[in-house]
Amino acid sequence: MSKNRVAAAEGWFTMDADEPRLLGTRGVDSGSYFFPPSMATSANPAHPFEEREPVELSRRGRVWSLATNHYQPPEPYVSPEPFEPYTVLAVELEEEKMVILGQLADGVAPETVKVGDPVELVLGTLYEDDDNEYLVWKWQPATGGQG
Amino acid sequence: MSRDVAVLGVGMHPWGKWGRNFVEYGRVAARDALADAGLQWSDIQFVAGADTVRNGYPGYVAGATFAQALGFTGNQAASCYGACASGAQAIDLARAQILSGKCDVALVIGADTTPRGFLAPNKGERGDDPDWLRFRLLGATNPTYFAFYARRRMDLYGASSADFARVKVKNSRHGLENPRARYRKEVTEEQVLSSPLVSEPLHLLEICATSDGGAAMVLTSMDYARRMTTDPVRVAGVATITPTYPNTVIEMPNFSTDSAHGVPLPGRSFRDSIAAAAYEDAGIGPDEVDTAEVYDLSTALELDWYENLGLCAPGEAERLLNDGDTTLGGRVPVNPSGGLACFGEAVPAQAIAQVCELTWQLRGQADGRQVEGARVGVSANQGLFGHGSSVVVRI
Repeated sequence: MSKNRVAAAEGWFTMDADEPRLLGTRGVDSGSYFFPPSMATSANPAHPFEEREPVELSRRGRVWSLATNHYQPPEPYVSPEPFEPYTVLAVELEEEKMVILGQLADGVAPETVKVGDPVELVLGTLYEDDDNEYLVWKWQPATGGQG
Repeated sequence: MSRDVAVLGVGMHPWGKWGRNFVEYGRVAARDALADAGLQWSDIQFVAGADTVRNGYPGYVAGATFAQALGFTGNQAASCYGACASGAQAIDLARAQILSGKCDVALVIGADTTPRGFLAPNKGERGDDPDWLRFRLLGATNPTYFAFYARRRMDLYGASSADFARVKVKNSRHGLENPRARYRKEVTEEQVLSSPLVSEPLHLLEICATSDGGAAMVLTSMDYARRMTTDPVRVAGVATITPTYPNTVIEMPNFSTDSAHGVPLPGRSFRDSIAAAAYEDAGIGPDEVDTAEVYDLSTALELDWYENLGLCAPGEAERLLNDGDTTLGGRVPVNPSGGLACFGEAVPAQAIAQVCELTWQLRGQADGRQVEGARVGVSANQGLFGHGSSVVVRI
């Protein structure tokens, strides 16, 4: 029996299996982009009280940096048993000119990735329970084309 | 008008994993700072406590907690939190009280008791707390962010793991004779590189531990100090600044940076701006700095700080290290105390401890780790969510 595929963070990304997108916001006065959409974590100081409109962020960017974790992190991270190393990428979106974190897509060897490489957004499994498979956005090396 | 205040006394409880109540470390540090100043607790007019968030309610109101633990005298107190920058917030607050004329004698205290292992977010389902969500959705531990900075040095500047390891080797030697350091053992480059990878490219011995510890200092007006001593160490500049939009460097615990779309970049990066603000406040430039205590959460981050403090140009930190410039006996020794590498991090005490060390250095009292002839010192530090801090002291 297949599990339900649900977003690990509701409203943070589209569940499009082929071309998922991160869901951000854009200031209607400043044109500045923000992510994630649900948290007031940043503002353009020229327009601190502006309205923001929902916007899908571009799927492509370049690797700003990366880190491969060899130790099991504390809760609330849900680790597979046994623990497996995983890689977190910091990716600069070309259009929005902002860096967004995300894990490296499953099955990609981290030693093949370096700063400056083009990557694109995909969906991947974060963790599972008896009923659900919880999905999250991940980055994988881009296969060409324009972002 | 001079904006100096005097550092009349400093004191620290040794760093370690003692497992006792944080208030006890603060009391010991305060006792030593008062004795060093030649003052009594009853002389203190204002107490600034740097808060800890890992020790329940007393930690959130550290100013009152320490005042109560020393015996309430009716003096004024404040409690402040700025994560790793909490201690600098407390110093800044005490300095402002003195400079405004509200008091002449202030006591600054920070202390912490920390759990073992990675620093973790507060418990519970906290779906609106980015600090909780970064662990949940990404597994982005603190060392993950340290590794981002390290990896960029490798890919942009050609830094090597051996370069990073040599920062640890240097600091382990610096701390050997420091009686308040937790780790007083020389380590070799090979030992660093053969320790387990934590967040690649960083190894276990390259990432600072979490420690118990306490630090305190007595700050006074210059007029008050001159009645007690002839040539006190002075706090000449303090910065407790936030970044300028857009901050394009990913910072703990964020998921993203600001967007630089359609806006000019600030003249300086956030970390560059921290020391620059303290230098400006003190009216000095980086070429006047004799020694620095920086927040070496990782080996590679210490190298970033060399550049952020203006000790060298971007990309030149590895050369500075390998030429011995930042080693004791070099041009501008960095972390003569041994740094976080030898202390581990006791969050609210750390920024105060940095200034304690600089004070001993400027007085010529840093036995076994003295920077000869040091007259100007700078500390640098950064707290979560954009609390930058730097303190300039001089004699």
